[in-house]
Amino acid sequence: MTMDVRHVDEWTKPVPAPEPVSSEFWSAAAEGRLLIQRCPSCGSRQFYPRALCTACGGVPEWEEASGRGTIHTFTVIRQQGAKTFRDEVPYVVAMIELEEGPRMMGNVTGCPVDSVSIGMAVRAYAVEAEPGVAIPFWEPSP
Amino acid sequence: MVTAVADRTPVIVGIGLSDYPKAPHLDSIGHHAQAAQRALADAGVAKADVDGYVSTAMGGDDTTVGMAEYLGIDHRYIDSTMTGGSSFEFHVQHAAAALREGLCETILVTYGSDFLSRMGRTLGTGGFGRASRHIGGPPQFEAPYGNTLVGAYAMAARRHMHEYGTTPEHLAEIAVGVREYAGLNPNALYRDPITVDDVVNSRLVADPLHKLDCCVISDGGGAVVMTTAERARDLPQPPVYVLGAAGGQSHWNISQMPDFTSTAAARCGPEAFAQAGITPDDVDTIQFYDSFTITVLLLLEGLGFCKQGEGGPFVAEGHLRRGGKLPLNTDGGGLSSCHSGMRGIFLLIEAARQLRHQGGASQVPDCNIAVACGSGGWLSCIGTVVLGREHP
Repeated sequence: MTMDVRHVDEWTKPVPAPEPVSSEFWSAAAEGRLLIQRCPSCGSRQFYPRALCTACGGVPEWEEASGRGTIHTFTVIRQQGAKTFRDEVPYVVAMIELEEGPRMMGNVTGCPVDSVSIGMAVRAYAVEAEPGVAIPFWEPSP
Repeated sequence: MVTAVADRTPVIVGIGLSDYPKAPHLDSIGHHAQAAQRALADAGVAKADVDGYVSTAMGGDDTTVGMAEYLGIDHRYIDSTMTGGSSFEFHVQHAAAALREGLCETILVTYGSDFLSRMGRTLGTGGFGRASRHIGGPPQFEAPYGNTLVGAYAMAARRHMHEYGTTPEHLAEIAVGVREYAGLNPNALYRDPITVDDVVNSRLVADPLHKLDCCVISDGGGAVVMTTAERARDLPQPPVYVLGAAGGQSHWNISQMPDFTSTAAARCGPEAFAQAGITPDDVDTIQFYDSFTITVLLLLEGLGFCKQGEGGPFVAEGHLRRGGKLPLNTDGGGLSSCHSGMRGIFLLIEAARQLRHQGGASQVPDCNIAVACGSGGWLSCIGTVVLGREHP
């Protein structure tokens, strides 16, 4: 299992609406697996998941990622008008560059916001938002 | 027998702004209508002579087909291209081709938004596109993380600082220069002079962007009338020639931005300049989408006004200021004057005003070539338009 799956009493943030392609990603996350896609035709990896490979137009396959990455860039959200996030400021929104290459957006938690920097090593964990749907998050690598 | 060929070079012959920056008496449709009336009056064109209609909307009641009906336009050319705030630069690209091809003779472009009166100052920090708790499509891979519009641009600014040593003070210089022009515009939302210290000491909204790195939220609309150089001979205003127009897209959602330090400006800028047969040195003023200070910096580098990564020191030399070699956003820009959601049309209007030498106190001396460059979405879709005072 790549990601530790954690539970919260109540998930109040937006919830992904699983769709034909994306549903596998969210349900795998609920099982602690972080999925990306790899194209068997050209070898290109991509995230977010799509019905086609953006490089060659082929049909991509799922691949389990290591759950390790580094921070490519980030911001600290200090003003937020949306109720569901307002109480959490300041918090970090980052682009994580996965060991496998693709980047994904995520929150970096478990450390002071001022300690976050570009290049910092992070690892994924997941939080269950609804039964069978978990959201990947990131924290500093031990 | 020699037949004279009509000169179908595309030109802007009319411009109009609706009431701004606060106009609680107008809804979005009202902004479209008022701006259209003013642009047609400016152009000396009867509404009945308009046979092309162009607009776009951010999901409100002002759809393009709805507005064509509301305004009563019998069009044989219509375009509702939506690339975010840069839509209107893409519209000019398309309209120029349509006029050259003879698809129509006179095109009206309109935009209107009551964003401030309707939504308050929420666009950048939470009021954008979160109607439902369940999020579908590609945004579902961003929505759970609480990013904001400001946060998206902040991630680009952070990466640019990391790679090139750009500083908050460099970015602040952009806001300071634009504010100086806002002081010359009686309608601008904020007119009092500011300093670099004021910007970097204003509160952080999303690191490293401060409040004064961010555009204002206002009401406002604009309209542009385009036709051929042939027809412009009979019209009252000096024609503004479309010398080049090109667009490009690198991504839509911010998490898909391939390189957080460069945009599609690096492709469409040189293309538009080549069409116009100019280089950056030939440009007298730039009207750039200043959603955030970092936006301007990235567009400057992309269009080749300085090398990639050298935008910070370039800006710090004061070139963008009043009296500099490349005055920026002479109407006070989105940073200080007017930003009602999609600013692209205001870039065209101010560029035309400068090229008509009707800029008043903010007139750029000997203004012969202006560049309008729009950035739409999250630095996603860039449209570059080169406009000139002289027939190409």
